[in-house]
Amino acid sequence: MSKDWPLWEVFIRSKHGLSHKHVGSIHATDAEMAMNNARDVYTRRNEGASIWVVPSVQIVSSAPGDKGMLFDPSEDKVYRHPTFYDVPSDVENM
Amino acid sequence: MYSQFVDTGSDGQKGGQDASEQERAFQARIDEGISIEPKDWMPEKYRKTLVRQISQHAHSEIVGMLPEGNWITRAPSLRRKLILLAKVQDEAGHGLYLYSAAETLGASRDDLLDALHDGRAKYSSIFNYPTLTWADIGAIGWLVDGAAIMNQVPLCRCSYGPYARAMVRVCKEESFHQRQGYELLLEMVNGTEEQKAMAQDALNRWWWPSLMMFGPADGDSVHTQQSMAWKIKRHTNDELRQRFIDQTVPQAHYLGLSIPDPDLRWNEETGHYEIGEIDWDEFWNVVNGNGPCNRERLAARRTAYEDGAWVREAARAHAEKRQKRRAAA
Amino acid sequence: MNTREQQQFEYLLRLGDSDLILGQRLSAWLGHAPVLEEEMATGNVALDLVGQARSWLSLAGELEAQGRDADRLAYFRDAFDYRNVLITERPNGDYAYTIMRQFLFDAYHYPLLQQLSGSAHEGIREVAAKSVKEVEYHVRRSSEWVIRMGDGTQESHQRIQAALDDLWMYTGEMLTPDDVDDALLEAGVGADLEQVAWSWHDRVRAVTEEATLTLPDESWMQQGGKQGRHTEHLGYILAEMQHLPRSYPDARW
Repeated sequence: MSKDWPLWEVFIRSKHGLSHKHVGSIHATDAEMAMNNARDVYTRRNEGASIWVVPSVQIVSSAPGDKGMLFDPSEDKVYRHPTFYDVPSDVENM
Repeated sequence: MYSQFVDTGSDGQKGGQDASEQERAFQARIDEGISIEPKDWMPEKYRKTLVRQISQHAHSEIVGMLPEGNWITRAPSLRRKLILLAKVQDEAGHGLYLYSAAETLGASRDDLLDALHDGRAKYSSIFNYPTLTWADIGAIGWLVDGAAIMNQVPLCRCSYGPYARAMVRVCKEESFHQRQGYELLLEMVNGTEEQKAMAQDALNRWWWPSLMMFGPADGDSVHTQQSMAWKIKRHTNDELRQRFIDQTVPQAHYLGLSIPDPDLRWNEETGHYEIGEIDWDEFWNVVNGNGPCNRERLAARRTAYEDGAWVREAARAHAEKRQKRRAAA
Repeated sequence: MNTREQQQFEYLLRLGDSDLILGQRLSAWLGHAPVLEEEMATGNVALDLVGQARSWLSLAGELEAQGRDADRLAYFRDAFDYRNVLITERPNGDYAYTIMRQFLFDAYHYPLLQQLSGSAHEGIREVAAKSVKEVEYHVRRSSEWVIRMGDGTQESHQRIQAALDDLWMYTGEMLTPDDVDDALLEAGVGADLEQVAWSWHDRVRAVTEEATLTLPDESWMQQGGKQGRHTEHLGYILAEMQHLPRSYPDARW
């Protein structure tokens, strides 16, 4: 068995009001340490306004084999995009 | 480079008839520039090669903390102390990002460290040279980080997603490392006679080892072809070395320092500098454990790791106790 | 400088020197820490402290108005002119010793800076207000580590207890006011060490209790750092730190 401390994934929200973004991972034995380590490793250059840390084992990810089933069907749903619709150019504010 | 000798497990590129359907699809994907992600299928050799390459790179970062770290307590001004502290700390961070990237391939950091400590894993030969004066801190930033950047920038576009993303972060942070080194030397060459002498002496000692960082000449580098096909190496050793020389020689001239190579000359026709013979005998000796500091560097890393065992164990034990107490409550 | 300025100068040196010497000590861990994440954390604390030292010493130099900047003060004073509290010059020891030294200092440093954030002296107020955020994190982090070690394994418990026992006699000095402290408190410039001591005791009691550690009996306390009487260690620290500027006094770096 690995003697490593458990792995945590780190998500940082930068100051610009964007969503939390995955930035990397760290090792830690408890949540407080994970938060500290995330701060000490990933926010040294003024990058952060908020941190999430999640035990890596808790992340559920889609399987590469399911890619076709999960994502291809949305390719032809063009009517979900505004460019699908023709609106005369002299109609304003649309 | 920071990963000078990565064995790809094969003597050349496998393709065409020999490759399986899966391997061909994998290669096609790389050729198209689509990045490979941790859960994707990949040839075992690709995985192993990457673990080797990324961990060599990571080991180089943390062994690389030692030659510079030993000058933090002696930095000659508070500003320089802060800069060097931040830089050496960055190197720990880069090691950490890279181990994390290797972990996405199923390696454990602990196993990788074991391989470093018992001498199975390699790290860059450059860190087996000593830092003897303050000018060496400048030379490392200017030459060693300069050489590292040459290699790392193209790796930001390498085929393995987590590695590429780690390199993006590394490159972003490293951009100050080379500049601070050059600035440090600039201050020294404009200073007292003793400072100028230190600067020249540092260049004399670091020039050739820096050129060796790019690894063996292309003819002696058997794994380059496969690594380039996999896009985990983007340029050959000699290409990068030449680029580094062409870029660095004028920078040395600007400092008023002379390159310690009597054969160095500018070739008008090719538009490149030509250098004398690299002492490959020295290179292989340093690689194989006989450099001036190999033993000390490894011993220092081993001691840090062994002395830290009880700390890592304590944190783990406390977390388990706390969990039990919480469950019982 | 008149008496009041002389006292302020002393006070600023105490603040700056304690930060500088502890930062210097911590920075020696880089490359040798127990785990990579701790390299990062230790590096951050060291950076904070050396940065703070630079600010305090700059203020001291401005007040003195003799052309000495922070570097001049850091690199060209001998041990008897240093005013750091003794605990900061204790050797790094094992990681338990470093953590306990940090915790005992942080637990003093934090309430001290909180108070100084309300100082009547503008420069002090500004530096303290900026530094107190850094130190709030330091004390949280070192407290957590004391608890982890105390409540970890038998070995870690023994080590952190031994560190506490050994360092205890260096804690009194931080919390005991002398003439300079009294004068600055009266002028509304310095911190009230009595209140700092309350806060320190509360935190030390709470954290050591959670860490299942035993507080040493009140015993003889070492004094002298604030007045320039140091342990033997400081001479070596300065010899290493000041070697270059002193060997080449005409050089700029």
